[in-house]
Amino acid sequence: MSSSEQEIDSLIGQKYKEGFVTEIEVDTFPPGLDEEVIAKLSAIKGEPEFMLDYRLKAFRHWQTMSEPNWAQLNIEPIDYQSISYYSAPKKDSDKPQSLDEIDPELLETYKKLGIPLDEQERLAGVAVDAVFDSVSVATTFKGKLHDAGVIFCPISEALKEHPELVKQYLGTVVPETDNFFAALNAAVFTDGSFVYIPKGVRCPMELSTYFRINAANTGQFERTLIIADEGSHVSYLEGCTAPMRDENQLHAAVVELVAMDDAEIKYSTVQNWYPGDENGVGGIYNFVTKRAECRGANSKVSWTQVETGSAITWKYPSCILLGDNSVGEFYSVALTNNYQQADTGTKMIHIGKNTRSTIISKGISAGKSQNTYRGLVRVGKNADNARNYTQCDSLLVGDKCGAHTFPYVEVKQPSAQVEHEATTSKISEDQLFFCQQRGLSAEDAVSMIVNGFCKQVFKELPMEFAVEAQALLGLSLEGSVG
Amino acid sequence: MLSIKNLHVSVGDKPILKGVNLEIKAGEVHAIMGPNGAGKSTLSHILSGKSGYTITEGSVTYQGKDLLEMDPEIRAREGIFLAFQYPVEIPGVSNIYLLKAALNAIRTHNGLAEVDAFDFLKIVKGKVKLLEMDEQFLYRSVNEGFSGGEKKRNEILQAAILEPSMCILDETDSGLDIDALKVVAAGVNSLRAADRSFLMITHYQRLLDYIKPDIVHVLADGRIVKTAGPELALELEAKGYSWVEEQVA
Repeated sequence: MSSSEQEIDSLIGQKYKEGFVTEIEVDTFPPGLDEEVIAKLSAIKGEPEFMLDYRLKAFRHWQTMSEPNWAQLNIEPIDYQSISYYSAPKKDSDKPQSLDEIDPELLETYKKLGIPLDEQERLAGVAVDAVFDSVSVATTFKGKLHDAGVIFCPISEALKEHPELVKQYLGTVVPETDNFFAALNAAVFTDGSFVYIPKGVRCPMELSTYFRINAANTGQFERTLIIADEGSHVSYLEGCTAPMRDENQLHAAVVELVAMDDAEIKYSTVQNWYPGDENGVGGIYNFVTKRAECRGANSKVSWTQVETGSAITWKYPSCILLGDNSVGEFYSVALTNNYQQADTGTKMIHIGKNTRSTIISKGISAGKSQNTYRGLVRVGKNADNARNYTQCDSLLVGDKCGAHTFPYVEVKQPSAQVEHEATTSKISEDQLFFCQQRGLSAEDAVSMIVNGFCKQVFKELPMEFAVEAQALLGLSLEGSVG
Repeated sequence: MLSIKNLHVSVGDKPILKGVNLEIKAGEVHAIMGPNGAGKSTLSHILSGKSGYTITEGSVTYQGKDLLEMDPEIRAREGIFLAFQYPVEIPGVSNIYLLKAALNAIRTHNGLAEVDAFDFLKIVKGKVKLLEMDEQFLYRSVNEGFSGGEKKRNEILQAAILEPSMCILDETDSGLDIDALKVVAAGVNSLRAADRSFLMITHYQRLLDYIKPDIVHVLADGRIVKTAGPELALELEAKGYSWVEEQVA
């Protein structure tokens, strides 16, 4: 191994910075899953009856299913009976009404994560819903959003306050029978965010949720449902972290987006779940089903994700382009290091006429990691003039990692135009030496090169998130001069 | 400025440089010529700190310091600049960003305040004009899709902005047509200064028509076999490298 390769190795071997555990009293179910557990969970959350029925239906179906095994992933078997399906900070029986009532240690946790739930946040104009283990702890800015008619609250609250809305949309994009992990989520999800943007409303601020798994041996199953009614617009940000633990923890979320006529949803994720240590011990198993339905004409959904965490990532944020002239976009940076495995990509299902989709995927593999892009572009027989552009780039750092690309294309409409471009490159010693010869440290050089590689995706992120994403990749912000 | 004493360098077991001696004083322009495989590029790599070589003997002193002890980025910050024979492409990183990061790394190392975006733009725009370059050049990704001539001009632009003390030009004339060569040479000439030295590595004499060296060396088989004034280059052009090799033998 040459010296510059060793340098690359040491640079990418930086320690996980979010690996603290918060010591707070928690109320946790004993491990195990059966109908009784689900009933208890539903009762604790005071859910309407249709929810319990929905959960049980999902659970019964889940029991007939087996884990998907088609992904390019090597997964230790998961014992679903050894997981606890509910964990909540124990703090009175009532939920906190204001920030003052929130456990100071919990607030400290969010501060460590750089998510102040206070005035600073107000200045930044970001409304935050923070999900800690299984319960939404605080949602800021409710008042201002309320004035605009926007509903942004924990989904558990939405089930109480707006059950008819939840009932109308829940499971309509990702049915409870969709796949193994979606079925499990439907059965046991504990919380998550609910967003409803009424007709013609442009959401006055970015909406944001932070997820954190804290307690040991718990799974996190959050459920997010976002509905953008006719002509509305919303930008939603999601961030995720978890403490360092030796065992693998399960995260199986479902996100459903519905965009009606002329509506637009922009959904951005920075995912930094604990990836395991440098020997591949511990880390989050991240099995997520994210899907959007562009239900109305001229609607648009844009997924942007920066994935740096998790031991295993299994995630394909997708768009069903049902409405005529609807648009789906997917911008992704997935970085894997050490023994991380990522199998991620998207599905663009063109059903309506003149539907368009864009896929830009940037995979960075380092260490001994495996990074896979898996994407499907399907053009149905009635999707006249559908267009897709896919660009799939892989960057290898070092010589012990792998990059894989599995693009699937199914076209049943002859007027469709589908383009696919793919590249694989390596950070070369020549690039590194060139930068060093100009006075940059090797660390800054790698950052700069990776940053340049990801530029197309970073520019899709909202500003404050772009900064965080770049910091996450150990990068300094590429300043735009002039 | 730079003093190379009895430098021996190998790649693997194969000796490439076999006792190079060279003194460059402040403000001097030296040219090193020589046949293919003589070790010209190895010398430029050793001075700039590229890995993959073993120094078996000898020393290099730069401004009174042991150059070989320094990491490549430290050498750069101390004022060593290598204009690459084959400048690399860095997709997605704009030229101007690289330049600003490099300049500020050098300034910080030398105890100077970083330049802000506004001042930097002023500096850069002046230099761009000097090198007859289009400003759009600055906002394109480093060397991506550049022609051979543009890449070499970009190297000289970097030198103009980073203002090194010791500028090594590795085959800067290769791949240039005569018009591009003139522009690049004019750029280099504009950088000549009493406190800045140049080491030009070239295969052909034609570069020296445009950048007049003070001293010409011939490197053959890992040693400097002849040193003289600029007239040596003309003689080489007429008689070929075998002439020097015969003289030495």
